Amino acid sequence: MTASQNSARFSLPKLTYRVWKVWRRNFDVFKKTFKVNFFPPLLEPIFYLAAMGTGLGALITGSIEGQSYIQFIGPGLVSITIMYSSFFECTYGSFVRMYYQKTFDAIIATPISIEEVIAGEILWGATRSLIGGAIVLGVVAAFGLISSPLFLLVLPVAFFAGLMFSAIGLCFTALAPSIDFFNYPQYLFITPMFLLSSTFFPLSLLPKPLQIFAQAVLPLTHTVNLARWSMFGFGELSPITSLLWIVIVTPVFFVLAINMMKRRLIR
Amino acid sequence: MAEVIIQAEKLTKRYGDFLAVDGIDFEVFKGECCGFLGPNGAGKTTTIKMIQCVLPLTSGSLAVAGMSVSENPREIKKMIGVAPQEENLDPDFTVITNLLVYARYFDVPKSEALQRAESLLEFTQLEEKRDVIIDQLSTGMKRRLILARALVNEPRILLLDEPTTGLDPQARHLIWDKVRSLKKQGVTIILTTHYMDEAAELCDRTLIMDTGRIIEEGTPADLVKKHVGEEVLEVDYDEKVMSMLKEKFPDARLEVVGERIHVFTDQPHGIFTSFLENFPTKGAAVRNANLEDVFLKLTGRKLRE
Repeated sequence: MTASQNSARFSLPKLTYRVWKVWRRNFDVFKKTFKVNFFPPLLEPIFYLAAMGTGLGALITGSIEGQSYIQFIGPGLVSITIMYSSFFECTYGSFVRMYYQKTFDAIIATPISIEEVIAGEILWGATRSLIGGAIVLGVVAAFGLISSPLFLLVLPVAFFAGLMFSAIGLCFTALAPSIDFFNYPQYLFITPMFLLSSTFFPLSLLPKPLQIFAQAVLPLTHTVNLARWSMFGFGELSPITSLLWIVIVTPVFFVLAINMMKRRLIR
Repeated sequence: MAEVIIQAEKLTKRYGDFLAVDGIDFEVFKGECCGFLGPNGAGKTTTIKMIQCVLPLTSGSLAVAGMSVSENPREIKKMIGVAPQEENLDPDFTVITNLLVYARYFDVPKSEALQRAESLLEFTQLEEKRDVIIDQLSTGMKRRLILARALVNEPRILLLDEPTTGLDPQARHLIWDKVRSLKKQGVTIILTTHYMDEAAELCDRTLIMDTGRIIEEGTPADLVKKHVGEEVLEVDYDEKVMSMLKEKFPDARLEVVGERIHVFTDQPHGIFTSFLENFPTKGAAVRNANLEDVFLKLTGRKLRE
């Protein structure tokens, strides 16, 4: 029986079914506040479609790959919701649970490990993306703005992109000295993605360096691209490229987030 | 003596240059209530957190029920109940749901969990608050709910980190009653507290910690007898009285505390009373020696924070 300092060392997380118990805790809270969690996200895309689609869109006479402007922004709106749902859940939401409510401390006093707590948070964040993405997808479909029969593929995209944004969010949470810290990622990471990831205009209209930046660094670019492929059967980038991008980046941040949070919480 | 359930050898926790726990050895026996006493920063909570397997050791070894905390944290956590110092109830849930969700973390089946939760609410006299949100509970109710939550997995070992800090006497006595009844049921209890009367009341054995070390250990009664004797004489401070006391009690320890002189002696009961009959002294009072006297003697009167 020697002392172990394992928890301080970088390692691949060891996870069990207990991850789901953490997920369940968050799901139970969500269920309680279902109305607040359901209606605002339902209304938001309607405002966007009204303002940008019909308002701004009226000024845009040309079509984008044969699509009207209001059709073009559909995948962007779905993807923005996917990003917001998980990123904010795993920054502000997780920080409140960790720092103010001490929920993580309470859970790790049970057979659940800190790694499982963080994995549960990531899984929950992805679930929020799935729920949010589905709501907006439903609104866009109700407006008749979808042309591919494969549009339901947006749902797995929402879940996996949600995993990615959750993991990235938790890396920021691990670094956050206080809740105000999230202004940095919000304005320097989320806002550029909101604007530059082929959400409201095609990537090809950006200056070349920004195009490269958007493809290489911004996860939302690939989320939008996959959503667009699912909803219309085409996109600006190859779906394989975007799929690979997400498949490679997600596990990296997943492992990183767990290790960074472990380092923060177990000293 | 009884079976050892927790054993620490050279247990150490270091943060940079700061030794929070400095190579301590101790044992906790099955079924006893063992108190960890010490000023703030003594290392009590750090020790508790290592026992509950949430804080890795720097060096040394720590075994709970024969298992190493570094190798079998899950098995150990299953048999431990923790009432932490810091309130960490789940504010998103009601009283009953707090217990049910916590039971789920321990894999307690749903119907069993509900049964346990209801009976724990009865045990901690919180039935009326069953469906109330945590924010609406008083401090005392929160402490009771934390105790109930710590029992939801029917633990063999209960860790109570300052369970009565900030409570009114009624709430304190209720917690004491519960601790006694759990001890009767055979639960091993580790308790940290700043209240010496609480330790004397509840603990079979106390370990006194200071600056990361265990500086003394024994039953409360033995410690009092060993370090401060049976009685303490307190009188108002006066130069003349002081020199007379020195003359009359050459073996005694005299301590000036503020405006008072405390006289400690290992002489038997009654010695001060007969002294006072012959030499009535201003503001004199004779009282029984207690654990607080021991604590202050061993850890000093200097403020720690």
